[in-house]
Order: sequence, then C-alpha cells, then structure tokens
Amino acid sequence: MSATSAPPSSADAARRVAFAPNWPMRLALLALAAYAVWASSQLGLSWGRLAHGLGEGGQLLGRMVPPNFERWGLLLEGLLESLQIAVLASAVGIALSLPLGVLAARNLSPWWISGPVRAVIAVCRSLHYVIVAILFVKAIGFGALAGTAALVVASIGFIAKLFAEAIEEISMKQVEAIRATGAGVMKVLAYAVLPQVASRFIGFCLYQLDSNLRNSTLVGIVGAGGIGGTLFAAFKRFDYDFVAAILLAIIALIFLAEIISGRVRAALR
Amino acid sequence: MSATLTAAAPTANNLGNALEIRGLVKEYAAGKPVLKGIDLSVAAEGITAIIGPSGTGKSTLLRCINRLVEPTRGEIRLRGTELTGLRGKELRLARRRIGMVFQEYNLVERLTVMENVLSGRLGYVPLWRAWLRKYPEADIQRAFMLLDAVGLPEHATRRADALSGGQRQRVGIARALMQRPEILLADEPTSSLDPRTAVEVLELLARLTAAENVPVIINIHNVELAKRYARRIVGMSGGSVIFDGPPEDLRTHHLQAIYGGEDWL
Repeated sequence: MSATSAPPSSADAARRVAFAPNWPMRLALLALAAYAVWASSQLGLSWGRLAHGLGEGGQLLGRMVPPNFERWGLLLEGLLESLQIAVLASAVGIALSLPLGVLAARNLSPWWISGPVRAVIAVCRSLHYVIVAILFVKAIGFGALAGTAALVVASIGFIAKLFAEAIEEISMKQVEAIRATGAGVMKVLAYAVLPQVASRFIGFCLYQLDSNLRNSTLVGIVGAGGIGGTLFAAFKRFDYDFVAAILLAIIALIFLAEIISGRVRAALR
Repeated sequence: MSATLTAAAPTANNLGNALEIRGLVKEYAAGKPVLKGIDLSVAAEGITAIIGPSGTGKSTLLRCINRLVEPTRGEIRLRGTELTGLRGKELRLARRRIGMVFQEYNLVERLTVMENVLSGRLGYVPLWRAWLRKYPEADIQRAFMLLDAVGLPEHATRRADALSGGQRQRVGIARALMQRPEILLADEPTSSLDPRTAVEVLELLARLTAAENVPVIINIHNVELAKRYARRIVGMSGGSVIFDGPPEDLRTHHLQAIYGGEDWL
C-alpha cells in the first residue's frame, strides 16, 4: 500500500477499485422492494385483482362512450359557475396577498410583524383546499360562496408566500436610494419595491388563476359550488356518458386557459 | 465647548456652516466604535473630500448624516436642525434636504430615467401624485433641465438599466439635485467608473453643485482627484479625523499617517 512512494505494479492496479460499492444504497433498495411486496399482499393486491379491475374499467369506459351532451345547459351552467369562482377567488386572493406579502417580507418588515404574518400564510398553506372547502360548507352553507372562500384561502397561502420571497430578493440599494430622498413607506413601495417585482408578480398571478380554475372544478364535490357538484351527481346516478361529457368540457376549459395565459405571459416578456 | 453649543440657539457662526457634526460615534457592535467621536464643520459651499482606507468609516459617516445608518452618540446639525433623534415625518422632511449620490448609482433599474430623476421629489409631492406620476409641471421642467445639464437630453424615456455606468451616475446626480438639497453627500461616486468617465462625472458634479450653491461632502479613494476638485481634504483613519486642511497642505507624511506604510507612495 505504498502507492505514493513507488509506482504501483500491475497487480496492485488490478486490486484498485474505481467505484466503491455503495452498500447502504443496495440495502435500502432491497428493503424497499421487500416492503412493496409485503404491502401489496397486505392490501390484497394480486394479479387476479388487477385483471378484475381492468375488466371493470373497460366496462366503465364502454358506458362513457359516446359522451352525452344532451344536458348541455346544466353543463354550461356548472362550468360558468366554476369560472366565476376561479376568477373571483383569484382577484380577492391576489388583492389580499399583496399587502400580506409585503408585511411578510423580512427585509422590509420588522420581525414582530413579519413573523405573525408568515404564520397566517403558513396556516393558509397547510390545509388542502378541499378540506378548507368542507370547513366553509359547514360554516357558511352550501354553494359558490364556500368554494370561493376556500380558494381565496388557498391563493393567499400560495402567492402571498411567493410575493414575500420575491420581495426578499430585491436589491436593497435601490430601496436605500429612494429612502434617502425623504420618501415614506408607501412611496418606497411604489418606486423601489414594486418596480423590481412587478413582472414576477404578474407571472405568479397568472399561474394562480390557472390553478384556481382547475381547483374550482373540484370544490363542487363537497358542495361548494361549480361543475364539481354536477359531476358528482352524475357519478352517483351512474350517468357515465354525461360524466364523460363533463370531463371533456373541463379538459377543454383548462386547455383554453393554458393557451390564454401562455399568450399573456409571452406578451409580457 | 460643545455643551454650550448644544444649549444655545444657532449662532451666526453656526449659520455660516451647512453642517455641524459634534462628537459623532457609531458602534455597530457595542464597544467597537467605527466612528470614534468625529467633529466636523462643513461650509455652506464648495467640495469637502474625505479620504482614508477602506473600512475606516467614511461611508458610515455619510450615512449617519442622512440617517441611513443610526448614529450611536453625538450631534449632527443641518443649518441649525438637529438630525439625530428625528423620527417619522420629521426625519423624512430632513432627508429631502440632503441629496445623496451612491457608488453603484442605486437607480431603480426598471423605472425610466425620467421616473428616477423625478423620484428626487418624492419627499415633496403627495402620495397620489407619486403613484400616478402626476408631478407638478415645475418639477417636470426642472427634471428636463437637469437631464440637459448632465448631458442626457434624449434619454428621459429609456429604462435606467439600458444606460452605461457613466450615464447612470449622471442620472444619479440629477436625482440628487432634483431634491434642491442644502447639502449633497457623494459616497465613492466615481469608484465604479473608468478613469476618464470618473473625471467627467466629477467635473459635472463640481460644476452643477457650484452653479446651484450646494455644498458637497464626497468620499473618494483617488487622492489626486480629491486634491484637484476639493477645496478641503479630510483624512480619516481608524474612525478618527487625522488630517483636515486645504489640498496644498496635504503632504506625504499625512498620507502615510492616513493609509499606513510607505511602499505604495
């Protein structure tokens, strides 16, 4: 093993290893495979069960084709309600997120303001929006108001946090220069903070609108308004051809939204 | 001496100076002062250059004056107004009387040149005018006049991040003069510029501030430039003033005392 003092012989070279065996990784992969086998036996997952499931799935697909657009009035009404929930929740959520994001930014707010505000935002983030929607349905009753409120909460949890992070990355030199002119807090925001973050803010808002549109199709399942309610009712009545029509309409709506927001994003660049 | 100055109303002698600093101490960490009791009077006109090695508190001194840095002890009077201890609206009203030019220009990159220049009026205009960019006509006229004066007549609608370093510093000077300041603080205004541009910018700064009768305190690394443009040199080392006098009195042994060593001379 005196490789440093003398040139290694060919026998020594053969014994050297270029890549050390990673035993912890090998053991971890083996354990994962063993757990997967054990878990599927616990859950009763077998090839027979899978084959049975595939058969059922085939039947369902069969009953979904062709999609039934006869009740298009009901479909359109639900879609429009989802759209309204999404737009309204985005607008209110963004309007509330702007001040919250500024207050939560640790480079602009003292810790005793940013700390509690960050906690509020974290609470908004921590619960899944369907759970929040259920809470609102119980608290303020069935309908679009509950769905809108739930998505407002979800929007705050998401974009207020992104706003705060964007503000924490700004150049404080520009802020210092505007402060030095004798500008107060609101003028510093308008002249030194917002110009640095505006284009990113608009990007976040478009993303949130996209995501609210998707989410607004689901809150109806727990009774919080929108196309989700219609979808759930159709499932319960085994109207699978109407279900297929609803799903196609949702997909079309989301695609449309993606295209529009993509265009807007490109125009802003 | 300083006690009587504090108690008395501004005397004729005080009014003759734009700025009076007495016993200024700044400690970022307790017991480790960066500024160790600075006494400095700055006349109501002309350029005062502060020279000294990096980290000796020149920048801290300037930032204590407009309170971007909070002084630990001491007094700073701007034409009779005590600046230390001012809060809220009073502090903002004092800041608008003090222009500042920064080493890295500190323009708001995504705003236009005109918006940057007009931001010098933020201490004067109401909030709605600032937000809606509805500045008084007189301010807009002065902004165009200053842009002409700094040699950027065609650049009003360009975004600040499209300008070169020298152009940005010219906008920085216009922004500071837009405040109609009673004193202008320049913190290493030419250190990020090439030698030729540095001279041009300094020349401009000297000419415009002389024309508007604005006294200037400038932190500067280039001793030759300091001697050329300043009527008074203040040499700092280790947080204290160790030379104060006209440029022609600044000798080699002073520079050795300020910067230490002699090999570099």
